[in-house]
Amino acid sequence: MKTPMIHALLRLCLILPLLGLAACSSTPQGDLTAYPEPTYSHERLVPEDIAERDLQAEIYDPWEGMNKRIYNFNYKFDRTVFIPVTNAWGRYVPGFAKKGVSNFFNNIRDVRTLVNSILQLKAEKAAQATGRVMVNSTVGLLGLIDVATNMDIPRPNEDFGQTLGHWGVGKGPYLVLPFLGPSNLRDGIGFLPDAYLQTELYGGFLAAPLRSTIWVFDSIDTRSQVPFRYYETGSVFEYETVRWLYSVKRDLDVEK
Amino acid sequence: MLSRSIRRGVVVAIALLIAAPLSALAQGDYRYPIVDRWVSTVVGTPSQIKAPLPPADSIPLRKRRVTVFPDRDMPEALWYDGKMLYTVALQKQDAAPVMFLIAGTGASHNGSKNLMMARAFYEQGYHVVSLSSPTWPNFVGSASSTGVPGHVFKDAEDLYRAMEVAWNDARGRRTATSYSLVGYSLGGLNAAFVAHLDSQRKTFDFERVLLINPPVNLYNSISLLDRMIKNIPGGEDNFDVFFNDVMRVFSDIYKREQDDVGFSDDFLVKVFQARQPKDEELAALIGLAFRMSSGSMIFTTDVITDYGFIKPKGYTIDMYESLTPYRQVAYRIGFTDFYHEFFYPFYADEYPGMSRDDFIETMGLSSITDFLREADNIFVMHNMDDVILAPGEINYFPAVFGDRAKIYPWGGHLGNMEYIENVAHMVGVFK
Repeated sequence: MKTPMIHALLRLCLILPLLGLAACSSTPQGDLTAYPEPTYSHERLVPEDIAERDLQAEIYDPWEGMNKRIYNFNYKFDRTVFIPVTNAWGRYVPGFAKKGVSNFFNNIRDVRTLVNSILQLKAEKAAQATGRVMVNSTVGLLGLIDVATNMDIPRPNEDFGQTLGHWGVGKGPYLVLPFLGPSNLRDGIGFLPDAYLQTELYGGFLAAPLRSTIWVFDSIDTRSQVPFRYYETGSVFEYETVRWLYSVKRDLDVEK
Repeated sequence: MLSRSIRRGVVVAIALLIAAPLSALAQGDYRYPIVDRWVSTVVGTPSQIKAPLPPADSIPLRKRRVTVFPDRDMPEALWYDGKMLYTVALQKQDAAPVMFLIAGTGASHNGSKNLMMARAFYEQGYHVVSLSSPTWPNFVGSASSTGVPGHVFKDAEDLYRAMEVAWNDARGRRTATSYSLVGYSLGGLNAAFVAHLDSQRKTFDFERVLLINPPVNLYNSISLLDRMIKNIPGGEDNFDVFFNDVMRVFSDIYKREQDDVGFSDDFLVKVFQARQPKDEELAALIGLAFRMSSGSMIFTTDVITDYGFIKPKGYTIDMYESLTPYRQVAYRIGFTDFYHEFFYPFYADEYPGMSRDDFIETMGLSSITDFLREADNIFVMHNMDDVILAPGEINYFPAVFGDRAKIYPWGGHLGNMEYIENVAHMVGVFK
């Protein structure tokens, strides 16, 4: 671990599930029977076999109370720090520079894909990722230019969470990570080796002074590419919709 | 990746070239290529024939938050929606005309259609102020005086207040040389009533107002939208099954992709080409989308008013509580159910002696027909085959607006809104 930020994050990932078990593992639910029945009550309208029908409700989330607290923390962090910084980045940094930074980090992420494709014995993806990294790291000037995409080399995406999933490790409980957002126990743990690999790679690519601040740019670049804004989807049920979409997408990514 | 999208573009372009002359033969020289009302409504305008507008990141679009009701206490479950969100784009020079935009049902100030209009009018030299639909949960929470949207007169008052508050909040040193207004879909109906209110209050004294694909009568349109969900195979009870099926189609195509694509427009086109859905399925899909946004709106309204509709009256939902049971109920309630069992009883006291049918009639353009007939600054764009109009309702527009109504032969509901000819007409109304 080269950077304090990632170090802190990794530690949090390990501690959080324990915290969850200890502190706020269950969702508080008041005693509804003490109140008059609403016009459309659950009993009246929702079929009894809803558990089998409603896939959105199927995601295992025993730490919902804790997760929502972190979700709200992320919302506040987003509003006060993350989004203002990415907005400034978007406005004041010239397009070619932003593109270069994106390409640089994507090249590092391609290395992650390469390693994890090998770990899953996926030859085609490994070959594609190898091709990309080789081309972009040389002709593409250490990844600053994405030559591989112009050459039509597909860009697969594999990480250690998917590797664990590929070898049969279940998702585990849903988990909202501070700063990083939706995850689950498996992917949260899978984040550790990926982050370690990434930090080591920065070490290989970059001079010492850059190394310690690189995660800042990595985070800004990543956040800039995600248009999602907390509590602005127009759905009051955003937390569970995000939870469900994340889980579905990860299942598909593992199958892919 | 790049060349693949070009290839796809070529395929679409060829399809369009074949389709366009056929449709031109059929009716006049209107060249929007999708003549099926359901397909146009779902697919919209293919990117190759969208009006060329400055990209969103090339104009100074800013999202802002402003307090509309300083003394309002938000319920804990909606703690994040206390301030109204809106989007603004100000010209560099101080003095310019101001364009207000109102979004359609369940859509936000920065939804794709409002942003398209913002880009178009910013390019024309307007300061643009873009507002959400009064049915968008954030608007319900922060800017609705009653918390119960859908009332055409009260929504107009809320929007009028929101427009005053937003412009004062955003303007800084800017001045307005004149004010204009555009709304689409339900926002079009809203815009008509805002214009009506403005004819009395004169704060803005609108230069021009444009309604794009508005409903004629709120209840008729929501009934049509409610009925669309009945196209679900096996009926409305199979809501969850249908939803899962739709997701499966998306999943299969997603898995076949070699690149790590997100759920983009291009992705939708792919789903469409792979699946070739039937009209009934498209109708069900529109109904589903409407149900999901109306479900959010109804739940928000219920929590804010503590009416006891879905949530037991008097019960406070905790900030960290699971909303799953409420979602399951909310997605099963039609807008018409809400209309009869919440909306109408909620407002009925204010209209003593008025029957339910008269109330329904009041919540539509017909209650301001005389005003609209005379208001030579109000214009309409609409489509003959709009899916939210009851049979014959389209005739209301040429009858009342005369030459101020532009009716296209096809385009569904908003399907052609971004089409090059439509955008040219939209902008042309204000010249």
